[in-house]
Amino acid sequence: MVKFYETEFSSRLLIGSALYPSPAIMQRAIRASGADIVTVSVRRESAGGMAGEAFWSLIRELDVTVLPNTAGCMSVREAVTTARLARELFDTPRIKLEVIADSETLQPDVVGLVEAAAILIKDGFEVFPYCTEDLSVAQRLVDAGCRVVMPWASAIGSARGIVNREGLKLLRARLPEITLVVDAGLGAPSHAAEALELGYDAVLLNTAVAKAADPVVMAEAFRLAVDAGRAGFEAGLMGPRDFASPSTPVIGTPFWHAVS
Amino acid sequence: MVVIVNGERLEVTATHVDQLLGELDYQGTHLAVAVNCGVIPRARWNLTALQDGDAVEILTPRQGG
Repeated sequence: MVKFYETEFSSRLLIGSALYPSPAIMQRAIRASGADIVTVSVRRESAGGMAGEAFWSLIRELDVTVLPNTAGCMSVREAVTTARLARELFDTPRIKLEVIADSETLQPDVVGLVEAAAILIKDGFEVFPYCTEDLSVAQRLVDAGCRVVMPWASAIGSARGIVNREGLKLLRARLPEITLVVDAGLGAPSHAAEALELGYDAVLLNTAVAKAADPVVMAEAFRLAVDAGRAGFEAGLMGPRDFASPSTPVIGTPFWHAVS
Repeated sequence: MVVIVNGERLEVTATHVDQLLGELDYQGTHLAVAVNCGVIPRARWNLTALQDGDAVEILTPRQGG
């Protein structure tokens, strides 16, 4: 079980609802992932439009917990307002908080993020902040009251996997009581397994599943990888060594010390 | 009066948020409304008067990552 604020969930995989080839494939992929928590967004509706209504009925059929995001927000004010609209719309205190510094790199604006997180925590939100792997930023989010911190592996949608392994390890070591989620940049099931092996509590991904040739099978692959990575972490990984160490017993080797 | 709905300037006769939604044919049950960046809860739509030039955002659930 993994705890997000005061609620426990069984799945350590959080999945997005965007970019799938069709609504039916989205539903099947989310089911195959085993995810309990699904991210959604808040967007403008055109007059007379029912697109939001149609999408929302698909999500409700899945019987999952929704985690609305503030994707695309470029300022504290936009992010805080979007979070409050999401709370009104989805009737949830949970918010995946994104404050974006640059629309091309999608780099988090960590200064604005800390400020927005503090406002929303005081307002009763359960904030899931999307941040970099910088320890000082993560610590400030924790100081603001965040019990979940979500550093990126690499740029959103880049599929590059974990680019600063040591940085993520340091966060895990220094924030043992915080639920840590690797969010963004994961491209392959092995990337997700690596995050769980490092002791991360969960991963959040979207593009790697939605843009796979077969999103449903990829969702299943990520589910298995997350389970494998977590089991590996719980089992206790051996440390690396500089030199070889034989696994087959040396004693009794045939021709050992044969007389020449 | 003129209000800005989802970034578009519109001439409307509605004077309150609930009337605006009706006038613009918003029918869904899952809508959230902000006026000038302040969230207006559903229960206050019929109590919230609009002023000329107000910026109104009308939002629904969408796909997200």
